[in-house]
Amino acid sequence: MSTLAIHDHGVAGHDHDHEHHHHDTFITKYVFSQDHKMIAKQFLITGITMAVIAMLLSILFRIQLAYPDKSFPLLETLLGRFAPNGRLDPQFYLSLVTIHGTIMVFFVLTAGLSGTFSNLLIPLQVGARDMASPFINMLSYWFFFAASVIMLSSFFIQKGPAGGGWTIYPPLSALPKAMNGSELGMTLWLISMVCFIASSLMGGINYVSTVLNMRTKGMDLWKMPLTVWAFFLTAILGVLSFPVLVAGVVLLIFDRSFGTSFYLSDIVLNGKIMPYEGGSPILFQHLFWFLGHPEVYIVIMPAMGISSEVIAVNSRKPIFGYHAMVYSLIGITTLSFIVWGHHMFVTGMNPFLGGVFMITTLIIAVPSAVKTFNWLATLWRGNIRFTPAMLFAIGLVSFFISGGITGIFLGNAALDINLHDTYFVVAHFHLVMGSAAIFGMLAGVYHWFPKMFGRLMDEKLGFLHFWLTFICAYLVFFPMHFMGLDGVPRRYYAMTEFPAFNHWLSVNTFITWAAITAGLAQIAFLYNFIHSIFWGKKTTQNPWNANTLEWTAPVEHIHGNWPGEIPTVYRWPYDYSKPGHDADFIMQTTPLSETMSSNLPHDFEDNPAGLQQYNEWAKTQRSSEEVK
Amino acid sequence: MGFKKLINSKKALSLVAAFLLLGTNVLMAQGTTSADPKAADSTSKADMWLGVGYYVLLVLLACVIVAVVGKILRVYDLSLQMQGKKGMNWNNVIGVICILFLLGGLYGVYWSFAVQGNMILPESASAHGGKIDFMFWTTTVITMFVFFITQILLFGFAFKYRGSDKRKGYYYPHNNTIEKVWTVIPAIVLTILVVFGFFTWRSVTNTDNLKGDINIDVTAHQFAWEIRYPGKDGRLGQVNYQLYTPNNVLGVNFKDRNSFDDQKADTLVLPVNREVRINIHAQDVIHSLYMPHFRVQMNAVPGLPTFFKFTPTITTTDMRNRLDDQKFEYLLYCNKICGGGHYNMQKVVRVVSEAEYENWIARQKPYLSDQLKKELHLADASQPKKAAENRIALNN
Repeated sequence: MSTLAIHDHGVAGHDHDHEHHHHDTFITKYVFSQDHKMIAKQFLITGITMAVIAMLLSILFRIQLAYPDKSFPLLETLLGRFAPNGRLDPQFYLSLVTIHGTIMVFFVLTAGLSGTFSNLLIPLQVGARDMASPFINMLSYWFFFAASVIMLSSFFIQKGPAGGGWTIYPPLSALPKAMNGSELGMTLWLISMVCFIASSLMGGINYVSTVLNMRTKGMDLWKMPLTVWAFFLTAILGVLSFPVLVAGVVLLIFDRSFGTSFYLSDIVLNGKIMPYEGGSPILFQHLFWFLGHPEVYIVIMPAMGISSEVIAVNSRKPIFGYHAMVYSLIGITTLSFIVWGHHMFVTGMNPFLGGVFMITTLIIAVPSAVKTFNWLATLWRGNIRFTPAMLFAIGLVSFFISGGITGIFLGNAALDINLHDTYFVVAHFHLVMGSAAIFGMLAGVYHWFPKMFGRLMDEKLGFLHFWLTFICAYLVFFPMHFMGLDGVPRRYYAMTEFPAFNHWLSVNTFITWAAITAGLAQIAFLYNFIHSIFWGKKTTQNPWNANTLEWTAPVEHIHGNWPGEIPTVYRWPYDYSKPGHDADFIMQTTPLSETMSSNLPHDFEDNPAGLQQYNEWAKTQRSSEEVK
Repeated sequence: MGFKKLINSKKALSLVAAFLLLGTNVLMAQGTTSADPKAADSTSKADMWLGVGYYVLLVLLACVIVAVVGKILRVYDLSLQMQGKKGMNWNNVIGVICILFLLGGLYGVYWSFAVQGNMILPESASAHGGKIDFMFWTTTVITMFVFFITQILLFGFAFKYRGSDKRKGYYYPHNNTIEKVWTVIPAIVLTILVVFGFFTWRSVTNTDNLKGDINIDVTAHQFAWEIRYPGKDGRLGQVNYQLYTPNNVLGVNFKDRNSFDDQKADTLVLPVNREVRINIHAQDVIHSLYMPHFRVQMNAVPGLPTFFKFTPTITTTDMRNRLDDQKFEYLLYCNKICGGGHYNMQKVVRVVSEAEYENWIARQKPYLSDQLKKELHLADASQPKKAAENRIALNN
């Protein structure tokens, strides 16, 4: 009932908006916008910018790995003291790795992904005028923007950005004298993360409350598209786990700046006995991974939701096992809180605890496997339309399989002894959460671009972009598994000090060139994206013949999303190719009474009156056939 | 559109070609002159920009080619439509690429396994490592089976069910039996792996019988490892970080009698087939003691001493013969980011026969060096005085 009340309120607000919002200034429309569609675009464009920056950083350190002995004068010109004599400084190398990881995980795949698509799709797909709190939504973006600026500003300070790896384990990150990257750069990193978490929490609370309170008439939870389910559960996950990271980060700030010893004990640094006593570095790891592990699901679940939707739409088939998909998302959400210890098998944590975390970790593979099988079953006997979005969704499934499988190795404590912190880990998470999530994000961009910008992206360039990126990503990450199995550690500035690693040099060079090619392939995307915003082909209202609510909203964005009343929902979102119906899709807003010929008894599960009507209709059908 | 026209005009194309040609010529010319040491400095700058410009031009050329191919495809498509035929069927094109990718990918995986799979670590050189390796290969077989099946199905379905206007998808929203089957089967397989893995893990990190035959202290600091052997008494003296001095980098406490015969070493030498317990310490930041040939890894955490117990089973000489590589050495290196020198923090580990070990250990210097004795006033001092000194040190 509360749903209805708020819904009515929304209508009233909408009328009010219509009268006044034509006076939008540039600032209120494009900068401090409170409209969820504009905020989504802001998140997307900031996210893409950050992604390009992080990708360039990765290419810088890939060049170092491929040519450890070569000097590149251009690097000195560009980076100055960070690359003396045209070779990267070892400490700056670590900063590059750190900032690449931080930006990709948090700024691109958390804010860029959830921020964009939760903002765009939650109100449009559940049928709401806007977010529960548009103002907090706006703050969420601007905190994110501030966090991005602070993070990038650390490139312009004397000692360079934070360098302790994206996991910033103390004592390395807590002792400014331990490395350049632990000085002012680390302080900026911590401040940036606090802003980021604030942004993420404001976003998350908004998403949860919008999904719970502002669904349109008829939109019960089991009629929500899987995208909304994924965003909803992701937001819950973020709201529950991000505060723990704040706690960890604040204690670290205390240790760094106010002389406390939460994480520090028994330290002699560069011949100086430090006064810290009684802290535990392991405590930070627990706090960090209590967020850090849910974080990887925060990254992948929206991507899973997007690809579920995209695969269903473009296979012209209902998603197979809708309920199983939802329950597996819920299972992943719940289990992800009790698996964090698998990052800590060999950190000195009690080995018995390691055993327990191993059990929970391998359990989480079950819902992940179910999701994979369900995607495959959705493709089976579909009528697959290869849009770029569909290709990226298929790419996600492929990466998720390849990377997920190696998770079974790493989740096994016994095997982790030798694989921990090697390139095997790098390969694993870049496939399963890095590439998979970015492909989910790109699938979303290609699929909902018409919704965001009212124009279509060029398909052929999309195909080129997909195949180049997909193939190159495999070329980059597949060989890394074998490097890891040879005991090559990650975060090494150069392998040249180890004659035993010499045979990997040619592989490293190959990987670097594959990475550069993948980077260049993004030109196809960026050109396509920017060009299509301004000059792309105009879209129709429902270009993909999809069922969900967002395609009932007009192409031209209006404040409040729908002119007049918000459409009512009558059915689940996956009635594709339903037998007995002429078109191969039936929108959620089409009442069952209009599609008598295609209704199934199953459609009336909680609706006895409807079922009776349906039975009567079926009886008359049968008798009229007999008459014939 | 204007931009597209620009990059497609013949003039622009020929201009790019001319640039490329010029770039190549100039670059080649610079290449020869830069051998002259006098001109080296000024030309290297110019060289650099030319080199960069050359690559930028190459990328631009690639973009132009893509644009041209795009245009050609489009013209072809339009001409087909003008003839009243259907345009290009992209579903078929992509479907075929999917199958080609699948075949190419499968071959690539095979090649990778055959070539790079041979570059991985040799067989385990420790007793527990055998169990880990067996576990590894079991997991590999199971997961690779799943990998091939699912990837083949994924791209196979993509090809087989590529769209056409003549068909409709098959409305098949769920099948509880199938879903139960593919929930239960992974659950069973994972349970087997979990149980198997759990017991392997417990046996590797078994904490009963805490002491090994030999106790060795390995201490990490930026960016080196310090190795301390227990000496004749087989016991290591206690350490306290507050006793650190440049001569006593480990902060060994000489109030503890066990400290006196402790020895320090540059190489980690281990006797074969004896149980070794390595006590792992860190002084400044977290490091990780990683000896991949023995399947040994444990973090070195300041303030939290850890240990790893294992039994080396293959001597260095044996391993050299097995690998047919006379330069082969077992290594111990850091595997947790620890600062700028992280990438070069290694020690050689040698596994030798019992006799060689005895011979080697007898030649190692005591940790209590002459300088350290002087510092502690131990050279000619009596026991009570030393104790007093230490008390002062501790009270500090």
